[in-house]
Amino acid sequence: MTDLRELYQAVILDHNRNPRNFRMAQCHNHKAQGVNPLCGDEVQIYLQLNEAGIIEDISFQGRGCAISTASASIMTETLKGRSADEADTYFSAFHQLVTGEGGRAAAELDFSKLDVLGGVAAYPARVKCATLAWHTVQAALHQNNEKITTE
Amino acid sequence: MTSAALDVDSVRADFPILKQQIHGRPLVYLDSGASAQKPEVVIQAVSDYYRRDHSNVHRAVHTLSQRATAAYEAVREKVCTLLNAARTSEIIYVSGTTAAINLVAQTYGRANLSVGSEVLVTEMEHHANIVPWQIACELSGATLKVVPFHDNGVLDLEQYRTMLSDDTRIVAVTHISNTLGTINPMTEMIRLAHDAGAVVLVDGAQAVPHMTVDVQALDCDFYAFSAHKLYGPTGFGILYGKESLLEAMPPWQGGGDMIKQVRFAQTTYNDLPYKFEAGTPHIAGAVGLGAAIDYVSGHGLGQIAAHERALLNYAQAQASAVSGLQVFGTAPDKAAVLSFELDGIHAHDVGTVLDHEGIAVRAGHHCAMPVMEHFGVAATVRASFGMYNNYDDVDALFAGIARTKDLMSA
Repeated sequence: MTDLRELYQAVILDHNRNPRNFRMAQCHNHKAQGVNPLCGDEVQIYLQLNEAGIIEDISFQGRGCAISTASASIMTETLKGRSADEADTYFSAFHQLVTGEGGRAAAELDFSKLDVLGGVAAYPARVKCATLAWHTVQAALHQNNEKITTE
Repeated sequence: MTSAALDVDSVRADFPILKQQIHGRPLVYLDSGASAQKPEVVIQAVSDYYRRDHSNVHRAVHTLSQRATAAYEAVREKVCTLLNAARTSEIIYVSGTTAAINLVAQTYGRANLSVGSEVLVTEMEHHANIVPWQIACELSGATLKVVPFHDNGVLDLEQYRTMLSDDTRIVAVTHISNTLGTINPMTEMIRLAHDAGAVVLVDGAQAVPHMTVDVQALDCDFYAFSAHKLYGPTGFGILYGKESLLEAMPPWQGGGDMIKQVRFAQTTYNDLPYKFEAGTPHIAGAVGLGAAIDYVSGHGLGQIAAHERALLNYAQAQASAVSGLQVFGTAPDKAAVLSFELDGIHAHDVGTVLDHEGIAVRAGHHCAMPVMEHFGVAATVRASFGMYNNYDDVDALFAGIARTKDLMSA
């Protein structure tokens, strides 16, 4: 069970039980819905982008497994206050982290919270769970109001 | 058929895949509802066919083609016996249950459905017995109606009676629910449908491996099943249809083998069952199914059903003792499926922890999203039993569930 604990770290279980920013943002100008047809998981992302392109508020709703819920929760904490361009950069670095394709994220990126999801790399079947919310943010930022799927 | 109880130890020894470890633990395979494992005799039959007898069927005068054709057609007799069909012309080879249902929807359905007519399905159907009818209804203007089930997973027969009418053309219903395990009262449902003037297609994908099926006693019009759930190869399956209906139906796919004569002015279609078998078929699939039928029949479907029922009872008793575990589907007449949810733990997380313990279960919506919707859940965990499962497998499952709860609550 030791390496399973790598996947289900206490921080992940905490975010699963008490997800941060788990609400519909009162004020949002971008939103998208993501679904994982394989397991029926779904997530809605709400974004408030200001004129300078900064994510002033980000929140989510939906239902999913511990990995997808914790990933969405940590993602909202990471992206709040960052620009849309930075969100793209974080997504590609995060994708490398959970697929095990990259090394450590570049020093200029704040991966202090995201690193806890690195255990997903050992479970290829769960990568989709970890990236669902991130894909949905991409949709919200770039193809507003689209429904996206991880299949 | 033998009358002694199933010798599970000897059955287990016949399945090479079971002799392995997953994550350092002996494999506990509880996903036969998705696809059953293959006994050595099936693997050997497919291998022997490719090593010795392969050629195309119904094509050539040379020895190999004759051998392949003989092996391929001999399986039609075995299927005929398995289902107690009246004649081999009623046994259509297809790629699986899904193809069988699509065939009926696209031929019988499109020929007999129109605006004002109705198709009845149930709320517990697999997507494969929903979507083909949605497509057929959309093309024909017919209406799809859904018979609900009670919260214990038993079909609402009162509603079914009420919904049947002169407008009902087709009733498409699963024999056994893949998610809830419910065994539907087919004989009564078919009689009621016939009284209303409708034909009945039975989705037998989950039934054929777990019980004796007699299409003549059922009096069903169509019956579909897949080889791979009956310990045979993937990509092969059977559509049984009453000869009079099949004769009247237009063909579905056109091509070689389904014709007698092709002229640009007019093509004459082949006789049953070949009218519905265009193109080079999955010959090895048929051969493998033949070996699987021999294997299962040798052990006796009655013995297999009794063994699986005992396992299910054992599992259900343990499930009722686990706090926070809710079972979906508690019909009195139920086959070897245990669908459940652990309070506060998503099915996928349960699936990952169990996999880590070497236990293979299905976690998800089981291609039955309306069933998930009925219970207001996104996904469930499903343990499904086959003839090779034993009490140790059930114990391993519940030990795994206990570990899941420990890990996820830490």
